[in-house]
Formats: sequence, C-alpha cells, structure tokens
Amino acid sequence: MIKIKNLSKKYNEKTVVNNVSVNIKKGKITSFIGPNGAGKSTLLSAVSRLIKHDIGEIMIDKKEIKSWKSNELSKKVAILKQSNNLNVRLTVRELVSFGRFPYSQGNLSEHDWEKVDEALSFMELHDIEDQYLDELSGGQRQRAFIAMVIAQDTEYILLDEPLNNLDMKHSVQIMKVLRRLVDELGKTVILVIHDINFASFYSDYVVALKNGKIVRQGPTNEIIEQGSLKEIYDMDIPIKQIDKCRVCVYFA
Amino acid sequence: MRNSTKLIILSVLAVGLVLAFLFTDLGSNWDYVLPRRTMKILAIIVTGSAIAFSTVVFQTITNNRILTPSIIGLDSLYLLIQTFIIFLFGSTNLTLMNQHVNFGISVVLMILFALLLYHFLFKREGNIYFLLLIGLIFGTFFSSLSEFMQVLIDPNEFQVIQDAMFASFNNVNTDLFYVSVLLMGLATLYFLKFEKYLDVLSLGKDTAINLGVEYDRVVQRLFIIIAVLISVATVLVGPITFLGLLVANVAYEFLKTYRHRVLIFGAMLVSIIALVAGQLIVERIFTFSTTISVIINFIGGVYFIYLLLRESRA
Ligand SMILES: Nc1ncnc2c1ncn2[C@@H]1O[C@H](COP(=O)(O)OP(=O)(O)OP(=O)(O)O)[C@@H](O)[C@H]1O
Ligand SMILES: [Mg+2]
Repeated sequence: MIKIKNLSKKYNEKTVVNNVSVNIKKGKITSFIGPNGAGKSTLLSAVSRLIKHDIGEIMIDKKEIKSWKSNELSKKVAILKQSNNLNVRLTVRELVSFGRFPYSQGNLSEHDWEKVDEALSFMELHDIEDQYLDELSGGQRQRAFIAMVIAQDTEYILLDEPLNNLDMKHSVQIMKVLRRLVDELGKTVILVIHDINFASFYSDYVVALKNGKIVRQGPTNEIIEQGSLKEIYDMDIPIKQIDKCRVCVYFA
Repeated sequence: MRNSTKLIILSVLAVGLVLAFLFTDLGSNWDYVLPRRTMKILAIIVTGSAIAFSTVVFQTITNNRILTPSIIGLDSLYLLIQTFIIFLFGSTNLTLMNQHVNFGISVVLMILFALLLYHFLFKREGNIYFLLLIGLIFGTFFSSLSEFMQVLIDPNEFQVIQDAMFASFNNVNTDLFYVSVLLMGLATLYFLKFEKYLDVLSLGKDTAINLGVEYDRVVQRLFIIIAVLISVATVLVGPITFLGLLVANVAYEFLKTYRHRVLIFGAMLVSIIALVAGQLIVERIFTFSTTISVIINFIGGVYFIYLLLRESRA
C-alpha cells in the first residue's frame, strides 16, 4: 500500500501540493482528477521520487520513500511522465528493453527479453517493434512508453495522463490494458486522467485535487456525481446513467 | 553496416595513420627521430582519447550534443594560471621554475575549481544548466583577467603565454606524461563502476531515476572524472576546445547507436585519427608553420556551424 501523509511541496514560496493525505489501495485503479495546475503531476512525481517533497511522508509498503534503495524502488514503482522527449534515437524494442534495467543493469538475460516480448504483445506493438520512435505517431510512441513501464514489471504503476495523444480506440485499448494489469496480474495502477468518463468507467477509486488540496476522494461512484463535480470543476455537469455506467455530459 | 565493422574500420584507419606517422620520412638518423615520434604519438593517443571520452560522457549527462566540458571555464582558467605565473615571476622564472610544480598547481587548481563549481551550484540548484551558465560566466571572467595581465606584461613574455594558448604535442615532458597517464588511468578505472549507467542517463534525468539510477550521486562522480581528465589533458598539451565536440559528433553520426560502449570507443578512435592526421599535416605539409590547434579549431569551427545550422532547421 502507498500511504501519503500530510504531504506538501512548494515551488518558490508557492505551495502547489498542500497537506495532502491519501491511502492508495493495492490491486486497484486509482484515478487522480482535477483542473490544470491542481498539483496532480507534482504529487505523482513526489510519489515516484522524481522530485523531493518538503513536508510529510510517503510510505511505500511501510517504508519511507527516502529510505528505499534506488534500485530496489525501481523494481517496485514505475512512472510514466506526462511528456516524454528523447535525445537519442531508439527503436520501440530498444526503448522497451530499457524497462529491464533495474534487473539487468544493461545486460539483458533470456528472461529479461521474454519480459520485453510480453510487454510488446501486451501493447500490440510487435509489428512496429523495429521502427524508430521518431518515425511513429504520437499515439504509437505513447504506447511504446507504456510498454516500457510494463516491462519494468513493478507492483505499482504510475501514469501521468497516459491517454495523451491517443484516439478513442487506443484510449480504450490502454484502459483495458490497465484493467488487465490490475485484474490479471494484481498490479496497482495510479493515473492522472482528464477525461472523467474514462475515470468513471475504468477506475475503482477517484481522488480529486484542486489548488493543491484534496477536495474529494472515495470509490468512483461517490465522486462521479453532480455535487462533487461542481465542487471540483466549478461546472454543472449533468450525469446520465447508461446501463451500468455513469456518463458525464460536460460539453455545455 | 554493423557496429563492430565500423569500429574495425576506424581502428584500421587509426593504426594506419599512426604507422605512417612513425615510419614515413624517417631519414637516416632514425634512432633520434623514432623515439621522439613515439613520445608524440603516445601523447596524442592518451590526450585524444581522454578528451573524446570525457566529452561524450559530458554530453550524455547534460543531454546536449553541442556542449564541451570546457564550457565550465577550464580552458580559460588554465590560461589564467599560466598568465598569472608569468605576470608574477616573469618568463625566465617560468622556464626555470620546475615544470612539475607548474603542472601540479595547474591540475590541482583546475580540478578544485570544477569541484567547487559543482558543489556550490549543482548540489543546491540541482540543475545542470545553471552550473553551465555560471561556468560560462567564470570562463569569460578568467579570460578578461588574463587579457588584462597580458596587456601589462612585456611583449617578449607575452610570446611565452601565446605558446601556452595553443595545444602542441611537440615538446611533451616525459615525466609529466607518465604522471598524467597514471592520473587518467585511475580516473578511467573509477569510471568503470559507472559505465553501465550512461545509456540510461542519455534517456534523461526522470527516466534514469525511474529506472533506479541514483542520479545525483552518479552524475557527481562522472563530473569529477570528467574534470580530472580534462584538466590533466589540458595541462599536458594545452587547450583543444573543439576537438571533443568534433570527434563526439562524428562518432554519433558514423556509429548511429545509443550504446556508450561503442560510442566512447568510436569517439576515441576518431579523436586519434583526427589528431594524427592533423599532426601529419602540420609537420609534413606546413612544416611546422602552423599549429595543430589552428587546424583542429578550423575544422571544428566549420563543423560546429554546420551542426548549429542543421539543428535550427530541424
Ligand atoms: N518545476 C516547477 N517550478 C515551478 N512551478 C512549478 C513547477 N512544476 C509545477 N509547477 C507549478 O505547480 C502547479 C501544479 O503543477 P502540476 O504540473 O502538478 O499540475 P497538474 O495538476 O499536473 O496540471 P495539468 O493538468 O495541467 O497537467 C502549477 O501551478 C505549476 O505552475
Ligand atoms: Mg500534469
């Protein structure tokens, strides 16, 4: 379990994450939602030790994030950032193979390559595995990065807006993959997502941030309701029940 | 073409040039000429490799392919030290003053400077671009200070400084050469511990951390190694700013890989090829009327402009 307790982070006197406490349940999908600049990425970066937090603590499986050894933590938690630019020219397969670095330290074993192949199949990337990333569409590239995170084979998978650049078909594909990672492989997925309908349909828990603070958190159907959404986005969002799922009609 | 094939081609070229340098135009008193040429070749191989190697590592940790380690002001600091010694003691004293002492002072000061810069800036800000910017400012400051002193001193003395301003392999001190090799060897040995991180570091800071690299510690160690290599190489033969930039980029273009084992080895070979070819041109075509710095800086400069133009178009 990941426990975030009284976490705060300041950038030049500006508090962007303000006294946040959340418990993230194992084996579930937790979505972070909220307006732009709410502090979602900052929170995710702190949990994956890409940035250092100022106050509070982050416990990952009962151990404070700072007392984890770097290499051990990289077998436990993987993060995919909101935007990924590379200065080097890599093929899809090469990129995905980097996901095995925590285990192989650069010398991949048979087993490592099997994991790479698994990740490529999981993301249906085999037909383009030998193409260079800079020759792919934004969506294909995004899928390659997700495959790298899957190859890292960590218990916790953190994704910052993984549906960036993806069309409907691939958005659905990614969300289904995440669901399978959780349901079949027992992983824990934490993601930042803007489309609240995807959050509504696929996640188990939703945490809503606004101005660095948590405004709501709980099981999905408690958050995806008109009152909460009004509080989070300052918008009246009608919600329609279609079969078993709630659809937010936020276009007007 | 496979990487190994490319590396073999480079090796053959390098060995061929070295042999050509050693054994052509030998003349009758070869027992005098050959040892001198051997010394020169050794100096070229060692410094050329060190500069190529440290430039590739530097570009990887800064994630930037048009920077050279001298941007943090090491070249200008070296010239400042040389100018200052002459300013204080005069050139006669410089030649009398033990070359070893001069070597020791220069190397120690340069490494200290790099470490202080790193310690105060990188540790606090955690941002390598800030470090580079401050280094650039220091470099300019050192250059201005040197120029100021150069204006004040005797023109004859200035001649001596001018010699220090250009790299030269013609009179490398044998003792100092061995000391340099030892220092560089130790730095390289230490580097082997961090070699495996380079490929991952080239993917950027966040990805490296995600994959379990202890980023701050690893980058700091690599920075120290670079500082040692560059300082020693510069003090031994003089500043060759463009060489690293030139050979690292030729290696990237030619080898087209992200694997640092291949890139570093390739860049070293390109460096040796460039320097031996340059030295051949200087000695056999210009009969010493120009220096290798001029040739390297000329080619390097043209190549640099080409790189900038290409980057801005992309
Ligand atoms: N490196 C930084 N330096 C200074 N301020 C920063 C930095 N990173 C983020 N911020 C500020 O922190 C606040 C929160 O940013 P963050 O990226 O966490 O928002 P977000 O919720 O992910 O937004 P979005 O939905 O647009 O991705 C913003 O106001 C931003 O300007
Ligand atoms: Mg964000």
